[in-house]
Amino acid sequence: MKRETKMKLYALTIHEAHDLLKSRQISSTELTRAVLDHIEKIDDKIGAYLSVFEENAMIQAREADHMIARNEIQPLTGIPLSIKDLICTKGLPTTCASKILENFIPPYDATVMSKLKNAGAVTLGKVNMDEFAMGSSTENSGMHITRNPWDITRIPGGSSGGSAASVAADMCIGSLGSDTGGSIRQPASHCSVVGMKPTYGRVSRYGLVAFASSLDQIGPLTKDVTDCALLMNVISGYDPHDSTSVPKDVPDFRRSLEKGLKGLKIGLPKEYYMTEGLDPDVSATIDNAANTMKDLGAEFVEVSLPHTKYAVAVYYVIAPCEASSNLARYDGVRYGFRDKDPKDLMQMYRSTKSKGFGPEVQRRIIIGTYALSAGYYDAYYGKASQVRTLMIEDFKNAFQKCDVLLSPVTPSPAFKIGEKTDDPLNMYLSDIFTLSANLAGVPGISIPCGFSKNNLPIGLQLMGSHFNEEMLIKVAYNFEQATMFHKKKPSL
Amino acid sequence: MKITKNEIIHVANLARLEIDEASLDKVTEQIGRILEYVDTLNQVDTKNIQGTSHAITLTNAFREDIIKDHLTNNQALSNAPEKENGAFVVPKIVGR
Amino acid sequence: MEFEPVIGLEVHAQLKTQSKIFCSCSTAFGAPPNTHVCPVCLGMPGVLPVLNKKVVEYALRMAVATGCQVAEISRFARKNYFYPDLPKGYQISQYELPIAAFGEVEIEVNGTAIKIGITRIHMEEDAGKLNHDPHRPMSHVDLNRTGVPLIEIVSEPDIRSPEEAGAYLKKLRSILRYLEICDGNMEEGSFRCDANISLRPKGDEKFGTRTELKNLNSFKHVEKAIHYEIRRQQAILEEGGQVIQETRLWNPDSQKTYSMRDKEEAHDYRYFPDPDLLPLVIDKAWIDQVRNDLPELPDEKTDRFIHQYSLPEQDAERLTSSKELADYFEACVTIFSEPKAVCNWITGILLGLLNAQGKTIEESPVTAENLAGLLKLVSEDVLSAKIAKAVFDEMAETGKSARQIVDEKGLVQVTDSSAIEAVVQKVIDASPDEVVAYKGGKRKLIGFFVGQVMKETSGKANPGIVNKILQDKLGG
Repeated sequence: MKRETKMKLYALTIHEAHDLLKSRQISSTELTRAVLDHIEKIDDKIGAYLSVFEENAMIQAREADHMIARNEIQPLTGIPLSIKDLICTKGLPTTCASKILENFIPPYDATVMSKLKNAGAVTLGKVNMDEFAMGSSTENSGMHITRNPWDITRIPGGSSGGSAASVAADMCIGSLGSDTGGSIRQPASHCSVVGMKPTYGRVSRYGLVAFASSLDQIGPLTKDVTDCALLMNVISGYDPHDSTSVPKDVPDFRRSLEKGLKGLKIGLPKEYYMTEGLDPDVSATIDNAANTMKDLGAEFVEVSLPHTKYAVAVYYVIAPCEASSNLARYDGVRYGFRDKDPKDLMQMYRSTKSKGFGPEVQRRIIIGTYALSAGYYDAYYGKASQVRTLMIEDFKNAFQKCDVLLSPVTPSPAFKIGEKTDDPLNMYLSDIFTLSANLAGVPGISIPCGFSKNNLPIGLQLMGSHFNEEMLIKVAYNFEQATMFHKKKPSL
Repeated sequence: MKITKNEIIHVANLARLEIDEASLDKVTEQIGRILEYVDTLNQVDTKNIQGTSHAITLTNAFREDIIKDHLTNNQALSNAPEKENGAFVVPKIVGR
Repeated sequence: MEFEPVIGLEVHAQLKTQSKIFCSCSTAFGAPPNTHVCPVCLGMPGVLPVLNKKVVEYALRMAVATGCQVAEISRFARKNYFYPDLPKGYQISQYELPIAAFGEVEIEVNGTAIKIGITRIHMEEDAGKLNHDPHRPMSHVDLNRTGVPLIEIVSEPDIRSPEEAGAYLKKLRSILRYLEICDGNMEEGSFRCDANISLRPKGDEKFGTRTELKNLNSFKHVEKAIHYEIRRQQAILEEGGQVIQETRLWNPDSQKTYSMRDKEEAHDYRYFPDPDLLPLVIDKAWIDQVRNDLPELPDEKTDRFIHQYSLPEQDAERLTSSKELADYFEACVTIFSEPKAVCNWITGILLGLLNAQGKTIEESPVTAENLAGLLKLVSEDVLSAKIAKAVFDEMAETGKSARQIVDEKGLVQVTDSSAIEAVVQKVIDASPDEVVAYKGGKRKLIGFFVGQVMKETSGKANPGIVNKILQDKLGG
């Protein structure tokens, strides 16, 4: 192996690495070592990782090399990945970036982790996030912030900021994150990587620490669309441990990596493009992207998602309601942080939660508790779930007219660290484009589609009907191959 | 004022959270603004609309009545902040 | 002013499934602390519940057996509150859409049949156990019981007395045991009861303020506590005071109820549909299948016993008070088909023995077959009734059949008239004074002669024959 190539092993994609592993030109041990060294070299600047499992990773790499030697190689065998710290990894720390789970070591693996292990993948470590996935900038992490590899004075997005940054900076070959209101797609957009939120029920939630149960999904963040398809193949599928997982066959998503968009109907939801505060760079870049699609043979049709303007309100009732209940279990009794020397049980609960949870988490717990409380249930949770029904109808109607929807991912590129921390409501409003997909359960993907005047990544979002990830992958692949934005890397 | 400080304290109590005096004003204001924003939902006509609590339309996910998958006592207690004789230990309930 | 009590009962019955309601841990009682647990019932981060189909099956059995309407669609809801024995900080239960509603149960008190309505039946998970340390300011939490399936059965406030409450609970328990879905053991906690009580002026339709009673650990306690509470409320109302709506604990030592008011804050459970569990759809086919598979229920069996075995109602009820007892009776009658005799022996002598020894019918040292064998020997005059009792005791001690014992001990009843006559003559010859007294009018002395004959024959002489021969010989 030439020294020059050897040093850039960390820059490989999953499919490139697979080809080299399969043809025995590199080993997983070499590959994993290269990525670990790279993490060591640059993560000081970025802060993507919460914990790196060096020893464990090398053991897994060796095992992968044995699998390869036995001709048992699968697409993910020997591939080192980073995992959002919201996903339970047996015997290894899982903190959800919260002080309340600082020392928590789960005695079980999330289903997706079991699947990755069976496929021979390597876990490099757990990456940073907004605490309990509540946030859009990773600034709400209870541990430290993560910086955007494209501009370290800016946020990488959230809540899967660590995932996106680690992929963008080649500190992993691919990553798993989670998306409740845009937490995969938005950071993917801010960091110029590919990020997919599968259809609700496509990927098992067993072992994903719950934030908002009816909205959460695990999904891949990758360097290109091909890698996204490969990860989707492994993590998707019915799981009897998750009652909300759907017993639907998983297609081979690689089959969607084929050229040809002729006749494709792309819907442009008019409400999205009318949004106040849409950055002109974003607007222009999306326009260009649409033109590219046109050149590739797609047709455009205007559609309407009339209840879009209520998405933020619906989400910021339902998600905190579910979260306030999901986070009740963090009480210092059986695991996690417990405040020292409490005088009695009540005080133990209160000081444990007040010291263990960060301010955003506490804020959402209060909102959720209030919205579910006696006298307010109908006005808030009841009402929001009704409007949610109407939003689902909106999508059904839109997909009668088109095959996919195209929209921006965020109103503006990555903002400066600290810029929005004083104004939670303002932060919430920037989720406008991604929230609806979670509320309706439809799949969405964010792919790089250009850069702003000051070289900040801009992503475009495609949304599809339920279980139509294949369509998203196909359209994304065609766009990617025609534009090559994914080849551009941050200078670190 | 969409929500009063006392209401915030009451709700925090329900959630077993303690908001310190210094932050109470700020928290009340922030949450008040959010709740006010959420009130826009009242503009929507939802008469006769059923609420959605699941993003999918499945029903009846069952498992068979078979025993499996226990943790050992050690595993169950492996993260316990305080334990004794195989049980989790908590401070006494106030007043009982 | 006459007041009438208005009582409603909430029963929690633990279902006898092998595994818990939402995870595959064992439900077996008595394991060392925190050994029947897994990440799901421990409420660890990231876990999810999956519904045990058998729990639904059992809940449906109870619903159908009590004539409830079964909901086509029902949902699970989260009941949110904080307590160390509740790992998730919420209990998965059912709220707005329970699995069944609008049923009823028939009870009998003092010969009157009364129908008690059932408002609803729903499924939920049990909590763990909290053991307060007696000496140190701490408690130990054991989560083995967390997730054991329960059904909650809520009655209409149709009950009007402590006796009716007792009868209702017994009936409910009997049905649960007949359905083989619950042990119905109050002392062990598989059958729990809370009571809601209020008073109102007789004839009024409006409900008075009610109190909730907890810590009722046996049927006796339930009746006593209700009785006490009725008198307590009556005293308040008679003085023109107001009953406070609150929860009160029954204290079996002082035999009074005490307010929990100070220790309790108003609970706001913030119920909402559990997003981790799918709606439960039950179609007519499933309900029909459950109905077809229902075993014979207590009331049906009682009726059948009355008609099939010509038993008086009281006896029939006694025998059907438990399925096991009814089965024992029928096993016996199949071999020895004299139901009244069997019934008498069971309700008299057998149950007496079991009570004395603290055993249940399933633990009976005398099997139904063996009892039938004994009764057969009596009916064939092989054994006198008196000896039969002694033989029965021997059977209980050794587990042997009647025939075996009779043969071993040579207890066969003497029915040979000539043999008995010889003994009678011997006795008469040996007691001339008594003979004179008897002939002189002291008829009671016949007992003396019979006794002597029995002594001579070691109790084996057939009393009927002894009496006849004595009468013949002594005259009169």
